[in-house]
Amino acid sequence: MAYSDKVREHYQKTIEEIREGGLFKEERFIHSPQAADIKVEYPEGAELASLINMCANNYLGLSSHPEVIKAAHEGLDSRGYGMSSVRFICGTQDIHRELQDKLTKFLGTEDTVLFPSCMDANAGVFEAILGEEDVIIADRLVHASLIDGIRLCKAQYDSFKHMNMDHLEQKLEMHQDKRIRLVVTDGVFSMDGDFAPLDKMVELCERYDSMILLDDSHATGFIGKTGKGTHEHFGVVGKIDVITTTLGKALGGASGGCVSGRAEIVEMCKQRARPYLFSNTMPPVIVAAASRVMDIISQTTERRDKLEQNTKYFREKMTEAGFDIRPGETPIVPVMLYNAQLSQDIAHDLYAEGIYVIGFFYPVVPQGQARIRCQLSAAHDKEHLDKAIAAFKKIGAKHGILGLKKKEIIEKYGL
Amino acid sequence: MLDEKQLQDAVLAYVKDEYVEDEEEAEELTPDTPLISGGIVDSFSMVSLKVFLEKRYQIQIPDADATPQSFDTVNKIVELVKRFKGE
Repeated sequence: MAYSDKVREHYQKTIEEIREGGLFKEERFIHSPQAADIKVEYPEGAELASLINMCANNYLGLSSHPEVIKAAHEGLDSRGYGMSSVRFICGTQDIHRELQDKLTKFLGTEDTVLFPSCMDANAGVFEAILGEEDVIIADRLVHASLIDGIRLCKAQYDSFKHMNMDHLEQKLEMHQDKRIRLVVTDGVFSMDGDFAPLDKMVELCERYDSMILLDDSHATGFIGKTGKGTHEHFGVVGKIDVITTTLGKALGGASGGCVSGRAEIVEMCKQRARPYLFSNTMPPVIVAAASRVMDIISQTTERRDKLEQNTKYFREKMTEAGFDIRPGETPIVPVMLYNAQLSQDIAHDLYAEGIYVIGFFYPVVPQGQARIRCQLSAAHDKEHLDKAIAAFKKIGAKHGILGLKKKEIIEKYGL
Repeated sequence: MLDEKQLQDAVLAYVKDEYVEDEEEAEELTPDTPLISGGIVDSFSMVSLKVFLEKRYQIQIPDADATPQSFDTVNKIVELVKRFKGE
């Protein structure tokens, strides 16, 4: 009876505050496999709506690819369902080793260790490799999971302004007295879809004797000529000391993540990273399917090429239509609306038009920078994109924002 | 004895240089602008501000006192520094 009325009221009040703050998150129930076309129940109990999905991390369209599903079935049949163990007791199969080797080869690193998720990789890597004599210098907009990992580590912490290389240099200079310096960045930032200037960062890290850690979750599989990631895009393959990335987005989208990089770093993770030591292995069915994904993307760049074309087409057409699109090259396309309510209203209207997108606003993005984040996929055909663009145009016209720039949208709707 | 105006100017200059991205935003920043609740400084990046204050004014701010509330405006930070300077 420890869950007294007082305790219940406390939680009910907190939930109400979340609701009143406009921050309440709701689930929408998808009744079909993850794909470009999905069937969605929303709100709960409503009739199913057929929608074009424009907000999944299914960049390469491999989430429900027949070959991946077939590999998952084979993995289930040949290696079973669960391992009932962490990796170092009796949770490592030959296929775990095989997947790690494929990731190492693909990413162009020395070695790789799998984690249950990239969230876990990021939670574990810092504490495993750094101590209180060391310093972490992170971009201010790195992913929440990196921040959580940094918080769990005893190393000192500092940060630099988003992608500001002068500021990073100041910080590297300032921390020359530390034993180890580790610069931390996302490769592609998930909210703006912009690239970290990795070539410049590597140069600074070499000059100031610093290691570099890259979370490439929104890039692995499709950024760079052969899809290796942001390091390939900037010509610095082999120069990134630590890469963390996910199997939960482009690489089949189920779950799992890894730390890939210098052999000693990977070994330290195997010896000391708590999510590796105290959490279950990635299940065989996912390992087998992810392994097939690595074969598919290693054999051909067809899917990343299609994604690149889709991205170019969608960005061009949406800009032509008069939307304020944050410029860039990645399949993360932020349609800037600035006003939080406007982002919600437009997402709601698009839903009624058969387009599934989500409005993002503070605190997920900085205040006054509300937007709809569209994500392209190789699963999208031109027809999907044309339908989405037409719906955006219709709803954009309804709200009178076509052709308006930041200042004008703010004048019209406020912040 | 700390000159309060000088202290306020130094903290404001540091906050602008360290946290603010564009010039327009820097010009609008006043000693009473909410920094953390206003989304200019996130609570994690606050660490570098604490280190700056401790080094520059040779004080130790215990973690229990380095709260987002006590760092929320330049004027609140000035009060905090004065308190730990024993003034």
